[in-house]
Amino acid sequence: MSDAQVEVRNLQIDVATPGGGRKAIVSDISFEIPKGEVLALIGESGSGKTTIALSLMGHSRFGAHIAADVIRVGEHRIDTLDDRGLASLRGRRISYIAQSAAAAFNPSRTIMAQVIEPLLVHKLATRKEAETRAIELFRSLALPSPDTIGARYPHQVSGGQLQRLMAAMALITKPELVILDEPTTALDVTTQVEVLKTFKRAIAEVGATAVYVSHDLAVVAQVADRIVVLKDGRMCESGPAATVLEAPADDYTRSLLAAGNRTHDMPEAVAGAVKLEVRDILAGYGRIRDGRPAIPVLSDVGFTLERGAAIGVIGESGSGKSTLARVIAGILPAASGSIVLDGQELAPAMDNRSREDLRRIQFVFQNADTALNPAHTVGETLARPLAFYHGLKGADAEARVDELLDLIHLPREMASRRSAELSGGQKQRVNLARALAADPEVLICDEVTSALDTVVGEAILQLIDDLRRNLGIATVFISHDISTVHAFCDKLLVLYSGTAVELAARADFTGAAHHPYTRLLVDSVPQMDRGWLDRQVSEQATSLADLRLIPGLCRFAPRCPVAIAGTCDVLPPPYRTEGTLTVLCHHPIDALTKEDVIA
Amino acid sequence: MISRIASGVRTMPLSGQIGFGLVVFWLLAAVFGPVVAPYSVGAFVDDEVFAGLSASFPLGTDYLGRDVLSRVLWGARYTVFIALAAAMLAVFIGTSFALLASLRGGWTDELISRAMDTLISIPSKIFALVLVAAFGSSLGLLLVITAITYVPGNFRIARALAMNLVALDFVQVARARGEGPVHLATREILPNMIHPLLADMGLRFVFIVLLLSGLSFLGLGVQPPHADLGSLVRENLTGLTEGALAIIVPAIAIATLTVGANLLIDALQKGGRS
Repeated sequence: MSDAQVEVRNLQIDVATPGGGRKAIVSDISFEIPKGEVLALIGESGSGKTTIALSLMGHSRFGAHIAADVIRVGEHRIDTLDDRGLASLRGRRISYIAQSAAAAFNPSRTIMAQVIEPLLVHKLATRKEAETRAIELFRSLALPSPDTIGARYPHQVSGGQLQRLMAAMALITKPELVILDEPTTALDVTTQVEVLKTFKRAIAEVGATAVYVSHDLAVVAQVADRIVVLKDGRMCESGPAATVLEAPADDYTRSLLAAGNRTHDMPEAVAGAVKLEVRDILAGYGRIRDGRPAIPVLSDVGFTLERGAAIGVIGESGSGKSTLARVIAGILPAASGSIVLDGQELAPAMDNRSREDLRRIQFVFQNADTALNPAHTVGETLARPLAFYHGLKGADAEARVDELLDLIHLPREMASRRSAELSGGQKQRVNLARALAADPEVLICDEVTSALDTVVGEAILQLIDDLRRNLGIATVFISHDISTVHAFCDKLLVLYSGTAVELAARADFTGAAHHPYTRLLVDSVPQMDRGWLDRQVSEQATSLADLRLIPGLCRFAPRCPVAIAGTCDVLPPPYRTEGTLTVLCHHPIDALTKEDVIA
Repeated sequence: MISRIASGVRTMPLSGQIGFGLVVFWLLAAVFGPVVAPYSVGAFVDDEVFAGLSASFPLGTDYLGRDVLSRVLWGARYTVFIALAAAMLAVFIGTSFALLASLRGGWTDELISRAMDTLISIPSKIFALVLVAAFGSSLGLLLVITAITYVPGNFRIARALAMNLVALDFVQVARARGEGPVHLATREILPNMIHPLLADMGLRFVFIVLLLSGLSFLGLGVQPPHADLGSLVRENLTGLTEGALAIIVPAIAIATLTVGANLLIDALQKGGRS
């Protein structure tokens, strides 16, 4: 027995197969974690990383069987404990932070009741003591109004706050081992920085050992002391974080690192005739009165897009980027403003657009799992737009389906499969091919890679990039990831709270001048460099914190590090244009370079 | 068509094959039963009531001394045809309205849903009484009454299923493509709810058998001397104490018919899922 806090020897987990046999989904896993260190389990979906992490609690999904020479946490032998023994450990000595805090909290109970539950269940404290300890934790997790936040319900706090509250629930029993399962994957990049920092600090304060499950090497680089790289349920590589990240021994680790450090050679920007023009869009939800919707989401958003060019639309969740995509496609009619395709204005609502107009603008939905009808085969899915828009039937349609499958690099036999038989990446390719079947002139891609693994997502992006250049399709690329947009787009539109704060051409991406919000987004993307997180200064709420409700004023001002008191809280900001760069800010463009802002 | 059914049945689990066998047996009995029945349905053929097995009465006699085999064969015709047809009709009508309500939403949905609520609030037996009093009992009327009684229940289930599907992206995709409501309903939505709907139809079928026998008991259903399977059980209830075949045989008939139908539907459902 080693003196490490957590020890796993020869772990194997198998599941029953329909044929009656058993298949190993995880095998030959061994690692140790010294007390107080963080071990990262890294791999793509299906690599077994969550399965391994859960086995440390003695839990496996139904029908799976855990076998190991040793699974030890502290003095407890997880592999030999019975159910009652495991139950006494879970939530007390070993706790778990799930990926989606929103799904892990019960919406009908207050946050406090749920956070202190582990203490009460294991009878470790009275309700009074438990609440005091919870409030201390809220404070150390940097939650706003720690004394009263517990009285709220889960829907009354933001996603990042909920994720931190989940950490409070996990840490309240001062566990020996904390398992974090992709805790920041669902968060916006700016929120992720804060959550990562507080997690790191809180775990160190409690003195817990941690297992961090993630697919994102850059995030792992910030928090992990040791890394285990997994592929198909086996260990590719393991070792101290610095060694794995800086001198990887395994080819697979190198390919993961390469996908993170993008070295995409960007061909020349495309500059053809203007294909799509979006002008002064005002849109939202609810009844439209006097040209204004009851709940406005977008105001005064516009851009132009050339044939074969790509524009990246970025922003945090709630910034209105998906709404913009829906407005262009006509799914959500704009209250005012116009969408002009080849110089001809389109009807705002898709019901009033001709079939030909609908064909010219195609939409690729974010989630290929729900965007493909499970009852249809790939062939049927692709054949429908061919029949609907082009009247292709029979052998002609089959030939075109084969061509489309070639175009998206899928074997032709796939035509007879249903979506349940496809992998995530294959589904997204079919989703894309269905849009291409219409021969679109404008392609709207809404977060098409956010549900995919890094390597798979990179391949899809590359494919879209090739297709739009070769077929001359103007592409609107919605994303929350600014590095993706930088690598694949000719233009950039930054949305904040429904307003366009920056519109930039490729040449400006690497330039010094940016809107303060764009800069925040860029700075929030984790770097592979291990000290990156510690260098990030916490976002400071400025003195202008209560401006949001006053229309016309800069909505970013409450979070802006360079907000000017007496100006930003009084006057609406002007659009400032210099060359191809337009910024909505009180600062002149040449004052927005990084050095000036700091000075 | 026949070869597709045959290959489908071959790949089914055993329970499904048993279900298929039972359903086919009762369908054949319903079609050909009255032709092969040894006696006329209302003929008093024996002095002894609740007689046991014999060469001339293979399944004994009932409480009035009529041949049980002949009555069950006739009864199967009523039960299978009315219950099956009514279940299918109820599911067809309920699901059509549900698809319309979910696709249109708003006022259309509100109007249809409240109309269905109104229908639920009328007790089925009173409803039947009024209609039978107005038009006189006939097979067609029984079919309509039993179908209408079970339309709202099916509508509720189908609407809930369809509402979940309408919100999914693939329906949005089809809408954004410009597809009309018929395509949306029959191609995009219906295929994804067909299996729970079939299961629902199996359940309705059993309920309709019960409702039919209830109506017959009140004299509103199949008119004597004819009787459906449920009525056969009811009219021979006095034979229960002596374990008369006259009550056991129609009970077994109902059981095998409903269990068979549900086994078959379950097997279809599992086949569709994998």
